[in-house]
Amino acid sequence: MSRRFTGAALTAGAAALLLAGCTSTAQQPAAPSGGGGGPITVTATDTACQVSATEAPAGHISFSIRNSGSKVTEFYLYGTGDRIMGEVENIGPGLSRDLIVEVPDGGAYTTACKPGMVGDGIRGAFTVTGTAQRSTDTNAKLAEATAGYSRYVTAQIEALVAKNKEFTAAVKAGNVEQAKALFPVSRTYWERVEPVAESFGDIDPKVDGREDDDRAPGEAFTGYHRLEKDLWVSGLQPDSGAIADQLDADIADLQTRAKAVQLTPVQLANGAKELLDEVATGKITGEEDRYSHTDLWDLKANVEGSQAAVAALRPVIDEKDPNLGPTLDQRFADVEKLLEGYRAPDGGFVLYTQLTEADTKKMSDAVDALGEPISQVAGVVTA
Amino acid sequence: MSPTQPSQVDTPPVDPPAEAPPTGGGMSRRRLLGYTGAGVALAGAGAAIGYAAGSSGSPAPAGGVVPFRDTHQAGIVTPAQDRLHFVSLDLTRTDRAEVQRMLQKWTTAAERMTLGQETTDNGAVGLNKYAPPADTGEALGLPASSLTLTVGFGASFFSKLGLPMPPGLAPLPTFTGDNLDPARSGGDLCLQACSDDPQVAVHAVRNLVRIGFGTASVRWSQLGFGRTSSTSTAQQTPRNLFGFKDGTNNLKAEEPDLLDQHVWIQPGDGPDWMTGGTYLVARRIRMHVEIWDRTSLDEQEQIIGRAKGEGNALGKAKEFDTADFSTADIPVDAHIRLASAESLNGVKILRRGYNFVDGSDGSGHLDAGLFFLAFMRNPQAQFVPMQRALSNKDKMMEYVEHTGSAVFAVPPGVGERGYWGGQLFT
Repeated sequence: MSRRFTGAALTAGAAALLLAGCTSTAQQPAAPSGGGGGPITVTATDTACQVSATEAPAGHISFSIRNSGSKVTEFYLYGTGDRIMGEVENIGPGLSRDLIVEVPDGGAYTTACKPGMVGDGIRGAFTVTGTAQRSTDTNAKLAEATAGYSRYVTAQIEALVAKNKEFTAAVKAGNVEQAKALFPVSRTYWERVEPVAESFGDIDPKVDGREDDDRAPGEAFTGYHRLEKDLWVSGLQPDSGAIADQLDADIADLQTRAKAVQLTPVQLANGAKELLDEVATGKITGEEDRYSHTDLWDLKANVEGSQAAVAALRPVIDEKDPNLGPTLDQRFADVEKLLEGYRAPDGGFVLYTQLTEADTKKMSDAVDALGEPISQVAGVVTA
Repeated sequence: MSPTQPSQVDTPPVDPPAEAPPTGGGMSRRRLLGYTGAGVALAGAGAAIGYAAGSSGSPAPAGGVVPFRDTHQAGIVTPAQDRLHFVSLDLTRTDRAEVQRMLQKWTTAAERMTLGQETTDNGAVGLNKYAPPADTGEALGLPASSLTLTVGFGASFFSKLGLPMPPGLAPLPTFTGDNLDPARSGGDLCLQACSDDPQVAVHAVRNLVRIGFGTASVRWSQLGFGRTSSTSTAQQTPRNLFGFKDGTNNLKAEEPDLLDQHVWIQPGDGPDWMTGGTYLVARRIRMHVEIWDRTSLDEQEQIIGRAKGEGNALGKAKEFDTADFSTADIPVDAHIRLASAESLNGVKILRRGYNFVDGSDGSGHLDAGLFFLAFMRNPQAQFVPMQRALSNKDKMMEYVEHTGSAVFAVPPGVGERGYWGGQLFT
C-alpha cells in the first residue's frame, strides 16, 4: 500500500491525452494463423520442460502446456532482456492450458517452465524465423508494448484471484499455519501489478491498507494486513472469515475493472518506477508486512512487476536509447542475484527481521542503482 | 560493461571528460531565472579564467567562482568557505572502465556546478517533462557561492580496482580513546563540497551521488556549518564549538614554501601521479559540549593554552603574537603546546575543519563536535605523531571522542583537459 501513489493514474491523465494515438484499443491480436502447423506441445514436470518444437515462424505461435509434475507450474516465452512475450501461470498438476503468443520478429527467444512458480525456471532456446507483417513505426511499437503489458496484468490478476482463494480458504478453515504460508504467495501476484491496482483509488485501501491509515468514519481496517495481524499477532477473530470473503470480493472487483483499463506508455513506464519506489520506501524498511515480516516476497514481486513493464517497452527503449536496455538488464540482474541470496530452505525468503543493517544497505544500493535508469524510461519512450 | 574486456579496462574510454567542458555558453542558474548583474558577470568571468595555474590560493570574490581547473585541486588552500557537505562513498562495481566513466561524468557536472550552472544545460526544468529532471533544481537562482568540489581516494579504492596504493594510505594506528564507528569511517572515495551557501554544497553532493548510483553508494556523510580554520591571512580566525578561536597558527595559502614542505606531495615522494596532490585525514570528533560548558573559564583557557576572548596564547597579548613555549604560562598538557610544531619536531598540517551538530543523541545532549579535515604530505609522519601526543596527554581529550576516521589520497588538479582520478589509471 502506498498512500503517495494512489493518484498515479490521474496525474498521468495529461500523458494519456498526449499519447492517445498510442493506446491499444485497436490492437487486439488476431486469431492464430495456424500456419506453423498445430500447437507446440509443452510437457512440464518438476524437473523438465519438454517443448515439442524449438523453432516457429514469426506471427502467432500456439503452445499447449501440460503439467505432468506434482507442483503448480508456469510457462513463459521470453524475448531479449526477459521481455515476456507470453505466459501462463498457475497450471495445477495434471492440468493443460493453451497459450497463443504474438511474435512479429524473428530471432532468439527462450522458453521456460517454472515448477513451484519460483526462480528462473527450466529454460530452453527457441528460434523464431522470418518476420510477420506489421507496421514498424514507434506508435505501433508503443501500442504493442501496452497491449503486451495488459496481457501480463490480466494473467497476474487471474492468478491472484485463484491464489487468494486458497489463502482465504485456509483462513476460513481456521488453518493458521497454512494461511501463513499462503499469505506471501497471494501477495506476490498483488504486488506485481500494484500500480494498476492502486489506480483504482478505492480498491487499494480496502485490500492493502495498513492499520494506522487515515480512514473515513465507519470504514474498517480490512484486507491483507488485517488478516496478517490476525494470523501473526491477535489470532483469528470472529470476523476473520468475513474479512477474507471481502478480500476475495475486492480482488474480483479488481479483475473486472482492470479489464477496462487502457494503459498509456507513460503510465507503463511510471508503473515500473513506482514499483521500485514501493521497494525503496516500504519493503526495504520492513514497513509493509510489519506482522509477518515477509517483506522480501513483496520486494521480489515488485521488482518482477517492474521488470515486466520495462520489458514490454523494451523495443521502444532499444529504438530510442540503445544504452538504456543493457544497463537495465544488468541492474535487474544485480537485484535478482542479491535477492536469491536470501532464499529460505522452503523456496521462499528469509524474514525481514533476519536481515542485518548491512543486508538492507546492500539491497538499498541495488535498488538505487536500478531506480535511476528506470526513472529514465518514461522520458526515453516519449522522446 | 563486461569485466572480461581487458581493452576497455586498460584504456580509458575518453581521456578528457566525455562531454565538452563548459565554456560559459551554458546558462547560469541565475540567468535562467532572469537575474541580472553580479552573479552572471562572475559566472562568465569564472568560465573565462578556465585554467589558471597556481592561482588556487587567491581569494574568491564573494558569491563568486573558484577556478575548478588548476595545478592543485580547489578546496584545499582555497580560503575556507563557511559551509561543508562531505560524503564518503563505496564502489558498488569494481569495473575500472565503469568507475572511470563515473569520474568523467562527475568532473563535467562538478565543473559546471562550480560555475553556478546546472549539472547539464537546462537540466532542472528545461528538458523532457515526462523524464525526471537531470538537475535536482534546489540551486536554481543561486550564484556559484565559491563552491569547491574536491575528490579523494581511500585505500580500499585501490585494492578493489587492483591499482597500486599510494604509501600515504597506510592505515592509521589506534589512538587512545578512539571510539570509531565503522559506519562513519573509511570509504573508497570521498567528495568534499565547500561553499558560502549550504544549499549549494548540498545540491552539489546530491547530484554527484545521483550520477554515481549503480557505481558508487554513500557510505557516510557529514554536514558542517562553520569553518573552524582560516586557510588565508585574509580571513578572520573562526571559533569552534568550545568557543575558542581555532586555526590561528594554521598553514596559510600565502605561505607557498611551507605548503610545499608540509602539504603538497613533492617529486620523489611517489607515486608520480600524486605529485602536486596531498593526503586528507578526516576525523569526526564528538565534543561533549554540555560537560565543557560546566568548566570554568580559567580551566578552559588552561586546557586550550589560549585566552578565550582575544585568542592570544597565554602569556601573550594579541592573537597572532607567537606563543612562547619556553615559559610555564602555557601548561605542559595544553592543547596548543602538544599540537605545536615546536613539540612535534616541526610537523605542521593544513587544517580545514567544520563545526557540526547532527541533532541530538537521545540522552538530551547535542550530537555536536568538530569534523576535522586536514591536508598533509605524509599522514604517518604528520598526523600520527600529532594525534598520538594529543590522545595520550591532551587534557581536552576528556571532552572529546573521535567517532569517525578516514584517510584519502587527493590527486593534483585536473589541469586543462583531465578528469578526476584520470591520473590513477595511466
